[in-house]
Amino acid sequence: MAAVKRRPFALSWQAKLSALLVFVYALYAAGQLDFSLERFHSGLGHAATLLGRMFPPRIQQPDTLWQGLAESLEIAVLASVLGIVLALPIGLLGARNLMPAWASWPARAIVALCRSLHPVIVAILFVKAVGFGALAGILALAVASVGFIGKLFTESIEEISLKQVEAVRATGASFANVILFGVLPQVFARFIGFATYQFDSNLRNSTMVGIVGAGGIGGTLFSAFQRFDYDFVAAILITLIAIIMLGELLARFVRAVFLDNLGFDAILQRRFSAARGLGSKPLTRAEADE
Amino acid sequence: MTAPATTLAAAGYPRVWQRYSAGQRLLRFMLYLLVVAAIVQALRSVEIIPEFLYDAPEQMADLLRRMWPIDWAYYPEGVHAALLETLHIATLGTILSVALAVPVGLLAANNLTPSRLVNQLARLILVSSRSVNSLVWALLFIAIFGPGALAGTLAIAFRSIGFVGKLVGEAIEEAQRGPVEALTATGASKGAVLWYGYWPQIRPAFWSVVLLRWDINVRESAVLGLVGAGGIGMALDTALNLFQWDRVSLVLAAIFAVVVVAEIIITQARKRIL
Repeated sequence: MAAVKRRPFALSWQAKLSALLVFVYALYAAGQLDFSLERFHSGLGHAATLLGRMFPPRIQQPDTLWQGLAESLEIAVLASVLGIVLALPIGLLGARNLMPAWASWPARAIVALCRSLHPVIVAILFVKAVGFGALAGILALAVASVGFIGKLFTESIEEISLKQVEAVRATGASFANVILFGVLPQVFARFIGFATYQFDSNLRNSTMVGIVGAGGIGGTLFSAFQRFDYDFVAAILITLIAIIMLGELLARFVRAVFLDNLGFDAILQRRFSAARGLGSKPLTRAEADE
Repeated sequence: MTAPATTLAAAGYPRVWQRYSAGQRLLRFMLYLLVVAAIVQALRSVEIIPEFLYDAPEQMADLLRRMWPIDWAYYPEGVHAALLETLHIATLGTILSVALAVPVGLLAANNLTPSRLVNQLARLILVSSRSVNSLVWALLFIAIFGPGALAGTLAIAFRSIGFVGKLVGEAIEEAQRGPVEALTATGASKGAVLWYGYWPQIRPAFWSVVLLRWDINVRESAVLGLVGAGGIGMALDTALNLFQWDRVSLVLAAIFAVVVVAEIIITQARKRIL
């Protein structure tokens, strides 16, 4: 009937324009970065040889591999502990609903500063300050942990209900007791969440700080790359992925225990139910974060 | 809270209330023990050279002294172009990763793709993308394409697939069935269901994921140059290798400025879009 055919849900011209802009930008940026099909084609050939040399993976120096892995794990554990210990007071100081402005601003500034630089860059500075080795990695990752946990801890303290704090205060409790019995129980569950997430993230990063000489498996990986020992590289990468996945499982288990009150009896119960062919509730909770 | 174990149900009156059952307490205690054991073991076996620690304050002071008069004059010739390259790497990498991640995310969502096998396969892709660090992706792509921004962009893109795909897939799984069923009942094609049923529902989540990932990518792309994948990290690497600490501080200041600007941009964009 109508002469003009209109699609009912057609894109608006703004949407079309922005899609076009993104496309044009992508072409422009690709040109700026010197991309070309020819490079891409020659790269595909290299990829085939690379994969050919990576498989089968071969562990050339098992000792180096295990030492590096152990050091990475130590870095992750100690950096998480140090970071959490430092982040708790700083995060508490940064909460604006409990602390005066003169205390919260410096704390927030410290947290923002810790967050702004990538852990690997921080590791470079610490390598200069405390020399090559695991200590630099621990300090660098601790700084990153302070940035992350401090920020989230501050935010979750700012979201607590002040009624319970007032109730504790009304009993005449000291400031420390107010924090201990009024504030911390309210943020404990979320704190477990950040802490496990941060441990996971430190585990990933502890395998990388070695690239700049801050200890861990990263140095071994980098030198294997530089010596073109791609089969060793593949072996290291597979081990790393396995460890990271184990870390993720552990983090999930810790969250199930502390947040969903998983008990030993519940696990046994599930085993029995499964053995008897009864359906069981899935153990895992949905992961909210990466 | 933890009272002596007089919790037999038959015990009658002097009754003790406990928040957690014995099994729960046991499991918690085991985890605490595990944490302590891990810390002790790590402290015992970690190799720290005390001599390095003693002169750390001195070294730090030396570092700051060498860094201090920041070599601003070097910015136009050595840093500006690299900084732009970093931004291009981050942005192009994000665009590329969204293009690659959305299909995988759609396949990973079990309400959209009913096949279990395909779901698991898509999840495997997402997990392996996330498990490999962006620096390792960069090393791999450097081995393939040679050093330069191409390797960096692909590293950023591949590292981001897991993040974007996972969050997009979760957003789709949380979408309401109503609009989708209504569309299906009209006989709409799969594409139309996707575009008119799911997309309006996941749009806010999608944009916030993309913005968040862009912000992370700006930070990460600043580091990629350390292994030779282009961007400002190359300038940093050169300055570090030549011990030109005043230029190092210039690069660090530039990275810091870009990170702050990126954070401001995403806060503004989030207000505008969401």
